[in-house]
Amino acid sequence: MCLAIPGRIVAFDEEQPLLAKVDVAGIKRNINVGLLVDQPLAVGDWILIHVGFAMSKIEAEQAEDQLRMLKALGEDRLAMDEVRGYAFE
Amino acid sequence: MKYVDEFRDPQLIRNVAGEIARSVDPNHEYRIMEVCGGHTHAIYRHGLQDVLPENLRLVHGPGCPVCVLPTGRVDDGLSIAEHPGVILTAFGDMMRVPGTRGTPLELKARGADIRMVYSPLDALRLAQNEPTKHVCFFAIGFETTAPSTALTLLRAKALGVRNFSIFCNHVTIVPAIRAILESPDMRLDGFIGPGHVSTVSGCRPYEFIARDYGKPVVVAGFEPLDLLEAILMVVRQLNAKEAKVENQYRRIVPWEGNMPALRAMSDVFELRPYFEWRGLGFISQSALKLLPAYAAWDAEVQFEIPGVRVTDPRAAQCGEVLKGVLRPPQCKLFGKECNPEHPVGALMVSSEGACAAYYRYVRYEDDAANAQPVTS
Ligand code: SF4
Repeated sequence: MCLAIPGRIVAFDEEQPLLAKVDVAGIKRNINVGLLVDQPLAVGDWILIHVGFAMSKIEAEQAEDQLRMLKALGEDRLAMDEVRGYAFE
Repeated sequence: MKYVDEFRDPQLIRNVAGEIARSVDPNHEYRIMEVCGGHTHAIYRHGLQDVLPENLRLVHGPGCPVCVLPTGRVDDGLSIAEHPGVILTAFGDMMRVPGTRGTPLELKARGADIRMVYSPLDALRLAQNEPTKHVCFFAIGFETTAPSTALTLLRAKALGVRNFSIFCNHVTIVPAIRAILESPDMRLDGFIGPGHVSTVSGCRPYEFIARDYGKPVVVAGFEPLDLLEAILMVVRQLNAKEAKVENQYRRIVPWEGNMPALRAMSDVFELRPYFEWRGLGFISQSALKLLPAYAAWDAEVQFEIPGVRVTDPRAAQCGEVLKGVLRPPQCKLFGKECNPEHPVGALMVSSEGACAAYYRYVRYEDDAANAQPVTS
């Protein structure tokens, strides 16, 4: 639950502007970006995801760091399960 | 240097560790609390204690939301699942936390409709898909998670979803740190501030620790090097007889925090006058509840909650471990009655819990035999 998972924005939802389609290591899910409304977000940006919400915008390099960190802690599989599990659209 | 070599630049890690060793006063016993459970997990996983000087000890703090939830609150939440037509939803690590009549998973096996979700938005979606049922979300977490619950609630209201409620157990980290600082058996030199919580709250809320208690605080990331750097920054402040808040995790944590997240929280939550924390007792203004305007979605208004208080089993020493007075192997139940398969206390459930992290990574060391209480 305390995982922060890096993902890259690949599209925005026209009808629901607070949802962004995000790619997390090949898995694509809608993520709520309502906590980043005061920052410009674009396709290609990296974000840190926590329980279905984007918490911060990060640099690509930090995203790599974060992914490596999840692997090192043996939590990468957990993170993928979590992202796969998001059922809201 | 068991785990560190395989991860990140070992030379850099040795350099920082060496710098820490050179900086500490050999005649002083340093005690630095890492507040956040994610840090505890990373410290054990990377064996960081092994590269630190012997007179510098990391003390594990109360920053694991599952670990600080008292048993009575688990029972209260589970009582909601006993109402007909109710689906209780919770995050995965909550599912294995024991209440007096079993864990949510065990209750589910006995027929209660309890389901694991990965996001509060999933619980809301479930309510939309099951209009004849009532879906309650067992909300836990610090400032990292509370804004997500807040936005979910705002969405439920906007969409007019009425068969949805929140059983709110969100807590805030600052009053817990204050309680620890006020605790008479406490002797700490400084703090490693939480990484993800601070992305929301920013660094400002920790200023009182430096100002009123004269203790350095360094907000840190989760890489081994992040943590070592933060420790070095604390030691340097101590050497210079300074006490201030520094941000080692600037690449993620903005000093002022995340404004939309703080706004969402203040839109839907207010502070409870007091809330019970496992091991720390009742702490005033340390937890959030829904504002009266959201009573229609507040499980504590919609359901009769027994409000039970349960004292932990006598031999379980979760409280002492949470306050950093004892280390996990010093608990009488550690690795015996209490283990990850059969957790007695929540610190053994969540991977962020000090006992689970210790059990997983260091239990084979001859630590329990040499264990000394670490209070002074
Ligand atoms: S070993 Fe179990 S009972 Fe003892 S402090 Fe840890 S979680 Fe609590």
